[in-house]
Amino acid sequence: MSRLVVRDLARAFGGVQAVDGVSFALGAGELLALIGPNGAGKSTCFNLLNGQLRPDRGSIRLDGRELAGLPPRRIWRLGVGRTFQITATFASMTVRENVQTVLLSRHRCLSGLWRPAASRFRDEAQALLDRVGMGTQAERPCGVLAYGDLKRVELAMALAGDPGLLLMDEPTAGMAPGERQELMALTAALAHDRRMAVLFTEHDMDVVFGYADRILVLDRGRPIAEGAPAAVRADPRVRAVYLGDEA
Amino acid sequence: MDFYFVQFLSGLATAATLFLVSSGLTVIFGVTRIVNFAHGSFYMLGAYVAWSLVERWGDTPPGFWGGVLLAAVTVGVLGAVMEVVLLRRLYRSPELFQLLATFGVVLIVQDAASWLWGPEDLLGRRAPLLRGSVEVLGQPFPLYDLMLIVLGPLVLVALLLLFHRTRWGTLVRAATRDREMTAALGVDQAKLFTSVLFLGSALAGLGGALQVPREAVNLHMDMAMVVEAFVVVVVGGMGSLPGAFVASLLIGQLQAFGILVFPQITLVLVFLFMAVVLVLRPYGLFGRPEEGPPAGEAPGPPLRPDGPRAATVSLVLLAALAAVPLVAGDYALIVLTEVVILALLASSLHLLTGLGGLVSFGHAAWFGLGAYGAALLVRDAGAPMLPALAAAPLVAGLGALVAGWFCVRRSGLYFAMLTLAFAQIVWSVTFQWYAVTGGDNGILGVWPADWASSKAVYYELTLLLAGGTLWLLRRAAFAPFGYALRAGRDSALRAEAVGIDVRHRQWMAFTLAGACAGLAGGLYAFAHGSVFPTLMAVPVSVDALVMVLLGGLRTLAGPAAGAALFHGLETEAMRLTDYWRLVLGLVIVVLVLAFPQGVVGFARSLWDRRRGGNGSAAEPVA
Repeated sequence: MSRLVVRDLARAFGGVQAVDGVSFALGAGELLALIGPNGAGKSTCFNLLNGQLRPDRGSIRLDGRELAGLPPRRIWRLGVGRTFQITATFASMTVRENVQTVLLSRHRCLSGLWRPAASRFRDEAQALLDRVGMGTQAERPCGVLAYGDLKRVELAMALAGDPGLLLMDEPTAGMAPGERQELMALTAALAHDRRMAVLFTEHDMDVVFGYADRILVLDRGRPIAEGAPAAVRADPRVRAVYLGDEA
Repeated sequence: MDFYFVQFLSGLATAATLFLVSSGLTVIFGVTRIVNFAHGSFYMLGAYVAWSLVERWGDTPPGFWGGVLLAAVTVGVLGAVMEVVLLRRLYRSPELFQLLATFGVVLIVQDAASWLWGPEDLLGRRAPLLRGSVEVLGQPFPLYDLMLIVLGPLVLVALLLLFHRTRWGTLVRAATRDREMTAALGVDQAKLFTSVLFLGSALAGLGGALQVPREAVNLHMDMAMVVEAFVVVVVGGMGSLPGAFVASLLIGQLQAFGILVFPQITLVLVFLFMAVVLVLRPYGLFGRPEEGPPAGEAPGPPLRPDGPRAATVSLVLLAALAAVPLVAGDYALIVLTEVVILALLASSLHLLTGLGGLVSFGHAAWFGLGAYGAALLVRDAGAPMLPALAAAPLVAGLGALVAGWFCVRRSGLYFAMLTLAFAQIVWSVTFQWYAVTGGDNGILGVWPADWASSKAVYYELTLLLAGGTLWLLRRAAFAPFGYALRAGRDSALRAEAVGIDVRHRQWMAFTLAGACAGLAGGLYAFAHGSVFPTLMAVPVSVDALVMVLLGGLRTLAGPAAGAALFHGLETEAMRLTDYWRLVLGLVIVVLVLAFPQGVVGFARSLWDRRRGGNGSAAEPVA
C-alpha cells in the first residue's frame, strides 16, 4: 500500500522547467532513490515535497492528505521529516538538546516559559540518539561535531518528528565509505521498523544500487525511467543520460 | 504654485547634502560590510574643520573652496586612520563588535570636537560670490543652494565614472558583490578597505564642510545626520549608489513638503516612509537580497543551565546587593538603582539580540514608553505608584506587540532599521505631541509613594522587581521558549523544517523584551521623578546595545555585567572629567579590541581554560 502518492508535480523558474510532470508512489518501509545528472531537478523535487517551494501544479498526498502548497512547518507536522544536503542543526545546542527541541515542537510545548527544557523528553531523545549511534555524544555541542556525526544527528532529529515520509538529500555526501554503508543500512532498518517511506538523492552509485528498493531517474526535470535497480541499470535511456552516448 | 516650486528646489538642496553623506556610507558598507556609526561624526568633523579653515582664508573664492576641499581630504585621512588603527583588527569579529567600535569613535570625536571648538554653535562665513539669492519665479532663492543642487548629480556622475571606468572602481564593485571571492582572487583587501574608508569619509566630510555657510556648526550634527544617512542607504538599498541618490531625492522632497502638509509630524514622516518602503520592498529600492547582511553572530557554545554553585553565587550577590543600603549613602544608592534598572533594560534586549539573533537599534522606545505610560498615569489619572509601575510593562508590551509584527518580517540590518524607525516614530510623537507629553519639557513630579520615598526603600523595590524579572527572563531562556528562539537564530531553515514558526517566536520575544524594557522605564521614571523624550532617543538604544555587547552576547549574566560596567564607567568618568565621552569611547574601543567575546564571555573562557576543559562539560560559572 502506498503512503506517498505524487502526481504530475511541476515547477518552473523563469522559463526553465526545473521539475516537469513527475509522478511516483512510495510504500511503507520502501527506499526510493531519486537520481539524475546535475540540474536534473532532484533538489527542486525535494524542496517541493517539504514545502520550501510551492509547486506550479500537481498533487502530493501522504496517507491521503494533500501537502502541495503548505508551508514547511505544516508539512512537517503532517509527517514529513527531512535531512539537508548541507546539514542544518542548531549549532549552539548540545546534540541531545537538538533532538529535544524537535520533540518539544512535536508535542507543541515550545511556548513554555517556565519549566526547563533540558529535563523534557530527555529519555526519548537519548533513545533516538542511541538508535543512530550518537548516544555517547549527547552532551557535545553540535557546533563541534564532525560532518558524518552531524548527518546522524539530523537523522535523529528527523526521526523525532515520527515521520511517515523521510526525505534525505544526499545523506552520505562528505562521509567516509565505511560510514556511508553503515548509515544506509541503518536507514533501511529504520524504514522497515517504523513503516516509514524513504526518498533519497545520492551521487554515490554504490549507495543507490546497494540500498534503494526502486530508482527514479530524472533528466532535465522529467522522469525518464523508474523501476528496480537491475532494470534501471540496464535501461538504455539511463545509460544515454549518464554516459552521454546520445541515442 | 511658485512657492511650491521654490520649496521643491530647497528639497533638492537638502537632498544634495544627504546624498554626499549617504553615498559615502553606502560605499563603505558595500565593501567592508561595516555599519559605520562614526560616519555622522566625520560629517560633523568636516563641518568643524571647514569652519576653521574658512574663518582664516575664506574671504576669497579660492580660499573658501580650498578650505572646503582640504576639510574633506582631512576627514578622509581620519577615516583611513580609523580603518588602519581600529577596523582592520575587527574584520573577523562579529559585525556587532565592529558597530560597537565605531560607536566608541563617535564618543571620542564628540569630545575631541568639543575640546577643540567648544560647545557653542559656530556660525560660519558665507561663500564668496554665492552670498546672494536669485529670483526663481518671483521668489528669492539662495544662490548657494542652487550650487548644491547642481553639485549633487555631478558627484553622482563622478562616483559612477570612478567605479565603472577605473581598475580601483572595478575592485570596489567586485568586493561589494562578493567580498570572499574578491579576496580569494588575490586582491589586497587592506589597501582596498583603507582607500574605501578614505573616499567614504571624505564624502561625509565634504557634506559637512558644505553645510558651513548654511547652518550653525554644532555638536549634535553627528547623530542627526548618521540616522538620516542610514535611512537613505536602507531605502535606496544597501551598497547601491543610484539607490542612495534616488532615496536622497525622495527624502529631501518628503522633508520639504512634509513640513507644509503635516507640520505636526514632520519628524515622523521620514521614518514612516522608510518603514513603508521596507515592508513593500524588503531590500530597499535598488538593493539585492544577498546584500542584506546577517547582523547576528556565529553561534557560540551551548548555554549552560544553573549548577548549584551558580545558584549560590547569584543568591550571595543578591543578598550583598540588598545589604548595600546598610553601608552606602544616598548618592551610591541612586547610582546603584540606575545600574539595576539598566541591567534589566540590557537583559531584555539580550533576549532579542542574544537568544533571538535580532539586533534592535530602537529598544529605547519601549523603555521610554514604559516611563511615559507610568508618568502619564500619575499625572493625568492620579494613579498611585504601584499601579503605574504595573502599567508600564503593559503599555510598552502593547507598543512592542504592534511594532514587532512589522519588524520580524525582516531580518539582519533591515530588522535593525525597522526597529530604529519605530523608535524614532515613538520619540517624535512624544516630542511633538506637546499637549499630552509636554514635548521636551517632559513630565515632572513623578515621585514614588510616601512609603518608598527614601532612596534605600526605592532601591530595594527596584532590586526586587528588576531582580524578579531577570530571574523570569533567565527561566524563559532555559525553557522551551528560549530553545525555540535559539533554534530560529541558529538555523531558520531547520527550525521551520521541524515545525517551529520562527517569525511568531521572534514576535513573542519582541513583545516580551518590550514589556521588560517598559518595566525598567517605569522604575526609571519614579527613580528620577521625571521623564523626558531623550529616554526613547537613539543614544539610549545604542547605550543598551553597548551594554549587551560589553557583557557578551553568549552569556545570560553578560548584559547585567555590561550594564554595571557601562554605567559605572559613565558615572565615574562624568564625575572626574568633563570629557567623559572621550574616556568612555576609548574604553569601549580598548574593550572591543581586547575582549571580542565580551567581558563575561572572556572571563568564562579564562575559567574554562584554567579548568582544562573545552567548555562543553565544564561547571557553569554564570
